[in-house]
Amino acid sequence: MNNTAIDNKNEQKITLKVYRENRGQDSGSHHDTFEVPYKKWTTVLDALLFVKSYMDPSVAIRYSCRMASCGSCGMKINGVPKLACYTKISELETSTIECEPLPNFPIIRDLVTDFSRFFNHHKSMQPYIQTNDSTEVDTNKGTFSFYQSPEDVDKYLQFSYCIKCGLCYSACPTVGTDLNFPGPQALAQQYRYFADTRDESKKRLDIVDDRHGIWRCHFAGSCSKVCPKGVDPALGIQLLRSYMLGISKNDKIPAKKIEINDDDNNNNSSKI
Amino acid sequence: MDLMSCLECNESVKMANRTILKESQIMKIHYITGIAAIFVVALHIMMRLVVPFEQSLEYDYIIANYKNIIYVLILESILVLISVHGFNGTRIILLELRQSRAWENMVTVVTISAMIGLIAYGTRTIILANGL
Repeated sequence: MNNTAIDNKNEQKITLKVYRENRGQDSGSHHDTFEVPYKKWTTVLDALLFVKSYMDPSVAIRYSCRMASCGSCGMKINGVPKLACYTKISELETSTIECEPLPNFPIIRDLVTDFSRFFNHHKSMQPYIQTNDSTEVDTNKGTFSFYQSPEDVDKYLQFSYCIKCGLCYSACPTVGTDLNFPGPQALAQQYRYFADTRDESKKRLDIVDDRHGIWRCHFAGSCSKVCPKGVDPALGIQLLRSYMLGISKNDKIPAKKIEINDDDNNNNSSKI
Repeated sequence: MDLMSCLECNESVKMANRTILKESQIMKIHYITGIAAIFVVALHIMMRLVVPFEQSLEYDYIIANYKNIIYVLILESILVLISVHGFNGTRIILLELRQSRAWENMVTVVTISAMIGLIAYGTRTIILANGL
C-alpha cells in the first residue's frame, strides 16, 4: 500500500458554508454549501482556495501570505473573527464551518470587506515617530540612531506586532454602534507611539480625547481575545486612559541620540 | 460614504476642541462623582438603619431629618453627585446611538438642562422641607 492510498483512505470531508453577497447586485445574501476534503493540517483558507479552484471560482476571498503575517484573510469563522490561514479545520472540532465576512466592515463581495474606514482611523492616530530634532533627517550632520533600553522597548513592543488584520475592530461592540470610534487597533497604536521614548509629540493624547475617542471603550476585552498575534489592545487602551486620568505619570525619558560614524558602521558598533 | 464618515470624524474632533471641557475632564468628573456617590448613599442608608425601617418612613421622622443640617448636606450631595453622574452617563449612551453634529449638540444641551433642572428642583424641595 503506497502513501497515496493511505491518504485517500484517511481523507475526511468538511461542510463549508460560505456567505455570498455582491454589493453591485441586488440579489441579497445567501450561503453556499460545499463539501471539501481536508487533512489534519488543512486550514480554512486552504479549504476556501480548494472551493475556488475546483468548485466555484466566483467565491471572493482576500489573502496573501498564508502565514498570519499580512492580515488579509480575516473573516468570521463559526461566529468568531479569525485569520483563515491561521485556523486549522481539525482544531475547530466541528463538521460544518461557516465562513462570513468580518462584522463592522462594509462588504464588497462575499468574504471581502472594505478596510477604508479602518485605515482612516489608523492614519488619524499619526502612527509614526514624531521628533522635534531635524538632525535625524539631515544627512549633512551624520547619521543618528536612538538608544532605548530593553525596558523602554518592553513598554510598546507587543503593540508593534499588530498586523492590521482588523479582527479586533470587527469584534469591538463599541465600533458596532459608533462608527466614529477609532477602534481598538487605532487606540492601541496610539499607545504604542505614546510609550515610545523616541516620540516627542505633545498632541497624541489630544487626538483620542474626543467625544467618540478613547472614553467610549467599554472594556469588553473581545479585541484582545481575537488578536492572532497576541497583542492586547484592551491593555493599551487602559494604559493610555490611566495617563489621561493622571493615575499614571508620563515619566518618559527621551531616548538618547547616538551618533554613528562611518568607522562605527564598518565595525558594527556605535558611540554615545 | 467612507470618506464622508472620515470627514465627519475629523469634524467631530474639531468640534470637540471647541467644547468648554475636554472629554477626559468630563470623564474625571464622571468617575469621581460615581465613586463619591457610593460612599454618600452608603452613609445615607446607614443613617436610616439607626431606627426601625417603618419608623424611618414616618412623616415626622422625615421632616426631622430635613431639619438636621448634616443630613441635609448628605441629601444635597446625593442629589448633585447622582444627577451629574447619571445625566453624563445618559449623554454617553445617547452619543453612541447616533453620530451627527446636530444630534450630539442636542443631546449635550438636553442632558445638561435636565441635570440643572433636577438639581434645582431637588434643592428647592430640601430648602422648603428644612424651612430655611
